[in-house]
Amino acid sequence: MSHWRRNPLQLFAFLAGLALATALWSGVQAINAEARASYDAAAATLGEGQYDQIVPVSGDRIAQADFVTLRRAGWLVAPVIEGRLDGVRILGFDPLSSPAGFGTGQGGDPTLLLGDVQVIASEETAANLPPDISVNIDTGIAPNLAVTDIGVAQRLLGRDDLNRLLVLPAQPLVRPDLADVTPHLRLQPASQTADVGELTDSFHLNLTAFGLLSFAVGLFIVYSTIGLAFEQRRGVVRTLRALGVPLPQLIVLMVIEILLLALIGAGLGIILGYVVAAALLPDVAITLRGLYGAEVSGSLQFRLSWWGSGLAIAVLGALAAAAARLWRIARMPLLASARPRAWAMTSRGGHLVQGSCALVLFAAAGFLAGFGQGLLAGFALLGCFLIGAALILPVVISPLLRLAQNGARSPVARWFWADTRQQLPGLSLALMALLLAISANIGVATMVSSFRLTFVSFLDQRLAPELYVQTDGAAAAQEIEARLTSAGADVLPLLVVDMQVANQPARLFGVRVGPTYRNNWIFLDERAEAWDAVAAGTAVVVNEQLARRSGLWLDDQVEITPGRSLPIAAIVADYGNPKGQVIVGESLFGMLYPDVQPRQFGIRTDDAAGVREILTDQLNLPESAITNQAALKAFSLQVFERTFTVTAALNVLTLGVAGFAMLMSLLTLADLRIPQLAPVWALGLTRRSIGRLELLRTVVFAAVVFVFAIPVGLGLAWVLLAIINVEAFGWRLPMFLFPVDYGRLGIYALLAASAAAAWPAWRLMRTPPNALLKVFAHER
Amino acid sequence: MNVRIALLLLLWPFASFAQGFAGLGSDAEGFAIPQPDPEFDFPADHGPHPDYRIEWWYLTANLTDANGTSYGLQWTLFRSALAPGEDEGWQSPQVWFAHAAVTTPNAHFATERFARGGTGVAGVVAEPFRAWIDEWAMEGPSIDKLALRAQGPDFAYDMVLDAQGPLVFQGQGGYSVKSAEGQSSYYYSQPFYQITGTLQLPTGPVEVTGHAWLDREWSSQPLSETQTGWDWFSLSFDNGEKMMGFQLRQRDGSQFTASTWIAADGTTTAYPDGAFTAEPLGVTSVAGRDVPTRWRVRLPDRGVDAHVAALNGAAWMPLTIPYWEGPVSISGSHSGVGYLEMTGYE
Repeated sequence: MSHWRRNPLQLFAFLAGLALATALWSGVQAINAEARASYDAAAATLGEGQYDQIVPVSGDRIAQADFVTLRRAGWLVAPVIEGRLDGVRILGFDPLSSPAGFGTGQGGDPTLLLGDVQVIASEETAANLPPDISVNIDTGIAPNLAVTDIGVAQRLLGRDDLNRLLVLPAQPLVRPDLADVTPHLRLQPASQTADVGELTDSFHLNLTAFGLLSFAVGLFIVYSTIGLAFEQRRGVVRTLRALGVPLPQLIVLMVIEILLLALIGAGLGIILGYVVAAALLPDVAITLRGLYGAEVSGSLQFRLSWWGSGLAIAVLGALAAAAARLWRIARMPLLASARPRAWAMTSRGGHLVQGSCALVLFAAAGFLAGFGQGLLAGFALLGCFLIGAALILPVVISPLLRLAQNGARSPVARWFWADTRQQLPGLSLALMALLLAISANIGVATMVSSFRLTFVSFLDQRLAPELYVQTDGAAAAQEIEARLTSAGADVLPLLVVDMQVANQPARLFGVRVGPTYRNNWIFLDERAEAWDAVAAGTAVVVNEQLARRSGLWLDDQVEITPGRSLPIAAIVADYGNPKGQVIVGESLFGMLYPDVQPRQFGIRTDDAAGVREILTDQLNLPESAITNQAALKAFSLQVFERTFTVTAALNVLTLGVAGFAMLMSLLTLADLRIPQLAPVWALGLTRRSIGRLELLRTVVFAAVVFVFAIPVGLGLAWVLLAIINVEAFGWRLPMFLFPVDYGRLGIYALLAASAAAAWPAWRLMRTPPNALLKVFAHER
Repeated sequence: MNVRIALLLLLWPFASFAQGFAGLGSDAEGFAIPQPDPEFDFPADHGPHPDYRIEWWYLTANLTDANGTSYGLQWTLFRSALAPGEDEGWQSPQVWFAHAAVTTPNAHFATERFARGGTGVAGVVAEPFRAWIDEWAMEGPSIDKLALRAQGPDFAYDMVLDAQGPLVFQGQGGYSVKSAEGQSSYYYSQPFYQITGTLQLPTGPVEVTGHAWLDREWSSQPLSETQTGWDWFSLSFDNGEKMMGFQLRQRDGSQFTASTWIAADGTTTAYPDGAFTAEPLGVTSVAGRDVPTRWRVRLPDRGVDAHVAALNGAAWMPLTIPYWEGPVSISGSHSGVGYLEMTGYE
């Protein structure tokens, strides 16, 4: 124990390393858990996937009279109304007739609706609502959602109708057929998958992978600290053993010591992780409530799953890191010396082992990429690839440095490269950590930005029309179409019907093929003249999900009605939509489903304001029936903005952790360096220039690592987007490259490394000359 | 907490009472309060009184099938107001809920419904009389001739009722005192229905006939804070006479009782606190609690000293507001059938 007391820096490094690693891991876990809980809350609030629903055969409105008629006929249904008010989604339900637990997610109290409170929403959402609405803050409510009584919702939205009816699980003995009561409504069976959050689940998955990477970086810190500590304690161990302390006893004591320190470090880390999560999650005040033990649903809570996993991983990680060192101590000949040079020499043999390990891992990764199936294989591939890359790093750097050394002309330069090479073993773990950190950042940056780019272009494609109009009847639909066409606008009716394709729920769309579709839709794969075939009714377009899940691809037949199959002319990317889609031409749709009337129109026009005026003033459509595409797009993007922010914040954190690893390695090496630097100083190099060279060395290391990290990071991104995402969600994200971002990341990495090296270098510059002189007086 | 339980704890004075809950129902918050010497206005008073906090249309029936097997049936529509008065659509402060049950000698089926006023899903119209919630209904040209139906996931019934006697006013001309402090309600009954119809049970349809009893009651503060539950008896003797009696159990172990004697022609005599007594003789363990299902009831002024026993001791209503309600048979000084309702047994 006295070792740690004499080396507080190492103790700090050990604890801080573990703490930081655990913190990142548990922080990411916490954010994930909270985000998931809030999406679950959204799903629960919607009731999607849980209950059968009654929806209109066409359009999305149900008259309130239909609700009453159905109840009076013995159908136990609960009304739901949805709409937007100032961008906030308003969900109205009837607390009396709704299924128990519906409406407020986790444990909210809907009885409040019947009192003075008008709506229930999170604090953030409340800020976006008109000030005259009284809001009861409940953190269990999903973001951007306000839940309220159905009557209040109708008043707020200026409507007197409903959107859908939930069918309660228990129904009475005798019920008439739905078609006999309300033929214009149809039953939509409960879907097994929750619609909400599939897209964001993809983020959570990647965030989890990212959290693991951060943890690996932290473990590297711990590993290197433990390594150094044991290296320095060889003397003590030797003495103790020479004094007769049995080796097993020594090892047991050291294991207990590591275990204790690991627990302390992990404990600190969990607290830190909580703080990280709390800082990244918007609602810090609520978080504090969680800290003080109040079981407030929806606020950040110490969930057993994430702190338990954090603790377990930290302790196991520390033990694993220590095991290798203890093994060495156990095998150490009693009288072996511990000179740095000797260390470097033995490492060369290690390089061979390390290199071959890396090659084996790469081979495994290659195999998994080629033949692996399932999410687990995806993650295994990720692990093999990253560990392999980290292991091979020193093996690659070493010959590079020798090359530089051989190429150097001046003695100082030759010494610089030689000395750099000599430093490599001591720094290699820190460098691996830096490599992992940079590649994780490159990978995640690529993933997130690709995601964003894809998503925006997807929105451009799907939300090409300037305006969307919702109508509530066939007559109104015809009038709108006639009136707007004569006003010079291009009207695109959207016909939809739910169906089953290859035993999967899917939606059949009837579209009016025109330039909007031809120009904006980007196919993953297509036959020539795909749209012409769709317009002619001789082929269909399907989305990627349907294609991948049912194993269909171009030219395969899709049964769109019993006995009628058409070939696939094109596959379209349809991100984040769990359902299959089949797109046919308008005329074919009309033939198949003559009763289905369009209730939604996309309108292409140069004069959006003019068209809006026609719709509201001449056709008397309510404002709420018209959606502005730009607003819709902005709204959709806003949903993802939060996740982007969190990812960016985590990027900064991992780089920070890697920088810290560098700092710790350099600091612990600094004392060992003095005997090596003293001769150089004695030969005439000033302490100042030695310090500068030290700094330069770190920058060189960082630059090399960065260059190496680019392919590793891109590989990581590729695995995330093309393998893990497909395995998890059934669609593949296209990968884009962002050189500017990487450049910026490179600069950050160099800055982090320089910052890490600055203090050790500064200390070196300030080393009293007599310390350097002492080296000659008494060697170690 | 279950949404509806939470809601009903707020809404239903019974609930606050059954839970030993004080506060609600003790002050009237703008609700009208029953006054002595009421003057009823029919048929209007068969309809709802939205200015009062609570109100019910409570029908129970003792039935027998062709084999002589006894059954019991319940159909109850409750109105509970969050605020006095009525409003359009969802803004209506009126909440409706209903209970339906069928009891056989060895089974008990019960279910419930909830609805908001103002939308047409539930309500009561006085003329022509119609009380409904969802597809359940008690309706007819008048209160004397009714069709009655209700159903749950595992049972249903469809009945016809025909009143053979006049309306009966409980308490003092329909003003029924519920505690020594003067809590009261308006309370009248139609205990003279003949009823026939079909029960749909898991074992198949059963044709039944019998007698039914309708209670109409409305109030704003029917119970005292010191009362923990009640035992309510509606007894029809074989000689055509009837008796309504209830005891409100006080927190201190004492009871407040009231009863009405109904002659075969419908003339009534009300008895004050203490005249009627009910003494539990035996309990049935149901839903994790002991509920007295055998009683000795006495009304010495009328020579009543009878044993009342449940047809099925397990007639527990496992609903949002749980209570016991089921048919009984009478022996001793008088014989006959009736209904027993018990609340507040925890």
